[in-house]
Amino acid sequence: MINTNILKVGALESEAIYILREVVAQFEKPVLLFSGGKDSITLVRLAQKAFYPAKIPFPLLHIDTGHNFEETIQFRDNLVKELGVELIVRHVQDSIDKGRVREETGKYASRNLLQTETLLDTIEEFNFDACIGGARRDEEKARAKERIFSIRDDFGQWDEKNQRPELFDMLNGRIDLGQNVRVFPISNWTELDVWTYIKKENIQIPSIYFAHKRPTFIRDGLIWSAADDIVYREEDEQVEERIVRFRTVGDMSCTAAVLSTATDLETIVSEIRESAISERGARIDDKRSEAAMEKRKQQGYF
Amino acid sequence: MKVVKIATAGSVDDGKSTLIGRLLYDTHSLTEDKLQAIVEKSRQRGFDYLDFSLATDGLIAEREQGITIDVAHIYFSTLNTSFIIADTPGHIEYTRNMVTGASTAQASIVLVDARNGVVEQTYRHFFINNLLRIKNVIIAVNKMDLVDYSEEKFNQIKGEIEYLASKSNFQNQNITFIPLSALKGDNVASKSENMPWYQGEILLDYLEDLKQEDAQDQSQVRFPIQTVVRPKTDEFHDFRGYSGKIYGGDLEVGDEVMILPSTTKSKIKAIHFFDKQYQKAKRGSSVTITLEDDINVNRGDMIVKVAELPNITKELSARICWMDKTPLRLASRYYLKHGVNDVQAKVIDLKSLIHTDFSGKEEYPSALHLNEIGEVQLKLSKPVFYDSYDKNKENGAFILIDSKTNNTAGVGFIK
Repeated sequence: MINTNILKVGALESEAIYILREVVAQFEKPVLLFSGGKDSITLVRLAQKAFYPAKIPFPLLHIDTGHNFEETIQFRDNLVKELGVELIVRHVQDSIDKGRVREETGKYASRNLLQTETLLDTIEEFNFDACIGGARRDEEKARAKERIFSIRDDFGQWDEKNQRPELFDMLNGRIDLGQNVRVFPISNWTELDVWTYIKKENIQIPSIYFAHKRPTFIRDGLIWSAADDIVYREEDEQVEERIVRFRTVGDMSCTAAVLSTATDLETIVSEIRESAISERGARIDDKRSEAAMEKRKQQGYF
Repeated sequence: MKVVKIATAGSVDDGKSTLIGRLLYDTHSLTEDKLQAIVEKSRQRGFDYLDFSLATDGLIAEREQGITIDVAHIYFSTLNTSFIIADTPGHIEYTRNMVTGASTAQASIVLVDARNGVVEQTYRHFFINNLLRIKNVIIAVNKMDLVDYSEEKFNQIKGEIEYLASKSNFQNQNITFIPLSALKGDNVASKSENMPWYQGEILLDYLEDLKQEDAQDQSQVRFPIQTVVRPKTDEFHDFRGYSGKIYGGDLEVGDEVMILPSTTKSKIKAIHFFDKQYQKAKRGSSVTITLEDDINVNRGDMIVKVAELPNITKELSARICWMDKTPLRLASRYYLKHGVNDVQAKVIDLKSLIHTDFSGKEEYPSALHLNEIGEVQLKLSKPVFYDSYDKNKENGAFILIDSKTNNTAGVGFIK
């Protein structure tokens, strides 16, 4: 007997599958925002399950900051090939070259914010009406306020004080021309749920999530990769080899590593369970101010 | 591990966000970096205590005004229970967000400020918990530290709520009263030494004892079709599957079923979940089924057991909670979404406005305004297949959508 409610991740899985099916039924041009991180990989697995034995009925979109971990790009290309889905890649570098956005400079420079402009341009280019993302409410307290279907206007803006009520399972995806919807099927998952699911399903994930040796340096109490030139480093910031892994895979310039010896999923799950620091605690872009996330979202950030 | 969904309710400043912050803190669910942020912010604002509401008030406007505007979903776990808490706003103008948070909850914590006792919003929230038929309601009499932990005060509030409950039309609701102080932690996660007169359970123990499936009653199985899966590949050339989530009961291979609205009969041939097949599927599961016969089935259709038919109608009588600035009026038209079935609806009768203080109703009002609750009669463009909300929550509720703005304007509970 299939009873997805027995396990917590089972109930969450059924909820996410339900949401993905609603997206395909209610929208004409949905797309899945794929970063190469564990949350978007989990989303791809859920989409595979939702429409099996048919193929995933929407393309994946990667907004490439150019600041990727090498492994995640290889991983992405393999996954797409295996599933036979369409992959669209748009580069932040192109937006910079066209003068659409200006590169940040200095110690905390990151391309994380610049992604927004490239994303909005791509939505317009393809007329996407629903962008499926792997954001979770437990990540950050402005995210905790987000609906499952989140309406955005022409400028990608989130009107946080005037969100549509979402009652029971019913999702209202009616929009006007020019509006689009951000959809968050794993809203109710926690970081631990995602890892528990990855372990249960034995989902392949990029190697940087597992402990490995890496040249690193310390800034503001966080560990940064010095494996290449992407993260800006001052001369007095000493490089040292450490055994680390990453808990999130974002733009390299704003994603810090954590000390860890976890080389398998089992150990990662118990590590997360006992962790004393939150996942986004290792994301410097959230530390800019208490309202960093909300302000970015108002401007159309995913 | 079981999952328990809870909503908070209560008037503004009764301490809902503080209570959740306290629960997070006492169950060691606040990570060091988040706790550090609360410590710093509290100091910066000149508070001589930790302001736990800073853990959940995620919007700039909320922190500026010190109130909760929209629902925040908070997640934390104890050893045997995983909690999802909807922290809902107390202000009357944000009642619709409170309804949103409470719609999927199996338990609701209604906070009452021990100093002020039962106020208008307490009535209203208690009433909405009744309307939504939330099984377990906890009346958390908060700020007991500010009334010298007075048993008399607690009993007075208890008496007032019990009087309200006697007028409720949902007599199976479990109501529990707990005196506590969210700020100081009395009776939240540990027994208070300040209230030896209270012999009942503390809040966290009560919440941990809730069972996972308490939210919905077992009833008759309903399978609304979300999408039709037709892979059209060599391997699955003739595959025609119907995808959806199962509500109310279970499905089994061989079950004799009827497809609505066509009333065609067939049998369940197979139940698929991803690349595996199952003999039986439990309610709550998102599956894909195939039928013995080649029938035309579309999104919005419903598969039910032949012996367990729902009501089929083009006219509905329902209680409505209105959520839009533009009022609901007689003869107005809306899109009606009942599960995954979309129809058009026209208000043909506006029967009453129900007072949320249990004092009765006003007959034939001219309109239903934002946050008001009333009884209406709707005429539909196509039939819906429903159960009364009392019997099956998911198949007994619908939303009304404003056809001009596309906003979700109201929620209905079918009689």
